[in-house]
Amino acid sequence: MKAIVSVIGKDKSGIIAKVSSALANKGVNIEDISQTIVQGNFTMIMVCDLADKISISELSDALDKTGKDAGVKIYVQHEDIFNAMHTL
Amino acid sequence: MLSKNEIIETVNMVEKEHLDIRTITMGISLLPCVRESADKTAACVYDRIMQKAENIVSVAETLSKTYGIPIINKRISVTPVSLITAAFSGGEIKIAKSLDRAAKELGIDFLGGYSALVQKGMTSYERKFLESIPEALASTDRLCSSVNVGSSKTGINMDAVSLLGKIIKETAEKTKDRDGLGCAKFVAFCNAVEDNPFMAGAFHGVGEGETVINVGVSGPGVVHHAIKNMAGATIDEIAETIKKTAFKITRAGTLIAREAAKRLNAEFGIVDLSLAPTPVMGDSVAHILEEIGLSSVGAHGTTAALALLNDAVKKGGVMASSNVGGLSGAFIPVSEDIGMINAANNGAIDINKLEAMTAVCSVGIDMVAIPGDTPASTISAIIADEAAIGMINNKTTAVRVIPVPNKKVGDSVEFGGLLGTAPIMKVSRESADKFIARGGRIPAPIHSNKN
Repeated sequence: MKAIVSVIGKDKSGIIAKVSSALANKGVNIEDISQTIVQGNFTMIMVCDLADKISISELSDALDKTGKDAGVKIYVQHEDIFNAMHTL
Repeated sequence: MLSKNEIIETVNMVEKEHLDIRTITMGISLLPCVRESADKTAACVYDRIMQKAENIVSVAETLSKTYGIPIINKRISVTPVSLITAAFSGGEIKIAKSLDRAAKELGIDFLGGYSALVQKGMTSYERKFLESIPEALASTDRLCSSVNVGSSKTGINMDAVSLLGKIIKETAEKTKDRDGLGCAKFVAFCNAVEDNPFMAGAFHGVGEGETVINVGVSGPGVVHHAIKNMAGATIDEIAETIKKTAFKITRAGTLIAREAAKRLNAEFGIVDLSLAPTPVMGDSVAHILEEIGLSSVGAHGTTAALALLNDAVKKGGVMASSNVGGLSGAFIPVSEDIGMINAANNGAIDINKLEAMTAVCSVGIDMVAIPGDTPASTISAIIADEAAIGMINNKTTAVRVIPVPNKKVGDSVEFGGLLGTAPIMKVSRESADKFIARGGRIPAPIHSNKN
């Protein structure tokens, strides 16, 4: 199962390190990663493969904590929602 | 491959623009529960709902987390209760209480279907059932009731229309300690649909399967945001943008509806495209109309703007899902939409303009508080007018008015939560007494003869 992890917040050092190590701790593989600044906000999008190691709601809870520590908001969503909304 | 912008767009829709799934509604057939007594039927009804809908709340929560889209309400609709109480006329309240108990124990906010379909005629047990509605709404908290009084095929049952005026007054009186709140849970329909997921008018039609999942998507805020930066755009460009936005919203709803149906062992029924506002800022249908170019909803031009909005939402929606149903239009409930509340407070909108708007959108004179001393015949006449618009235009129309006891024009009433706040609106002081007292039936319109 693939999930899209979106990280949005104020840019500062160490965000990528914190989020990717949290993902690694849960056995989640990052397949693609991109980052940009949108309207002054740091925005990072990761395509992750959860295999069968963890459910999206468990990962979401875990990253919620990471997000609070790093001062950013982290969204974890099944990739199907994006495919449904943006592809024919 | 998804682009970065598409992902950010979806995240923003949820985070900043109030995109949500307004309701997952499970329709449950109660026909297997018909017994010879009210007690036995009530027990079966309770057991059946508890069993069928056992997991509705937990499944909705899991789906909400998985896809990152809030699912606001989990609800149930049932077979029109008048059909299962025919054998023991007089014991209807026991069924009402049993339904309310099930709703509370499942943790759902509303259960709809305390309903009757009397668009052509009314049996003695249906009349009894209708007369039980005020007590049913006063003695329960989560039960919703509806009555279909007309259709394009049958005409309008004016005996039922006449009776409903009195029933609405009695409901207000019985719930006067809560400003007539019971009336907020009752709706009179013309051309009622069998698969509507929205309250107060949801019921599970007899033409439906055993257990069905219907989903109401929402997103007035998303549509509003989409057209916000379109200064100078032509109306067709606005319509195109609304259409594309509705497509995306509906696709999200369809995905969640199918997944919910699978996990709840139910059929996937329909996605209802209705734009449903809430009283919070940024979730208003009225504000979309104002963004299109009106200084306030209620201005001349409102009906045209609403027509284009409603039509564009449908076009985007039907492209996104093959199973579109329910009411599928823009809702214009006064107390539940911050833009409508403001317009009513400023005197920018009145009940006559609302009536005109219902000719081009779903669903009707909705959540309108009127003076407590409004005569029953005037309420019946409001219902008759709305039903006539529905009958002639082959569309669903409805009336949900609250004659708030002891309040008059200039006062306002606070229902709380999603039901919002409503200023008391003026109704005509001219009388329809003799018209309503005639009874009988408005014959089916000429265009009903299609065979």
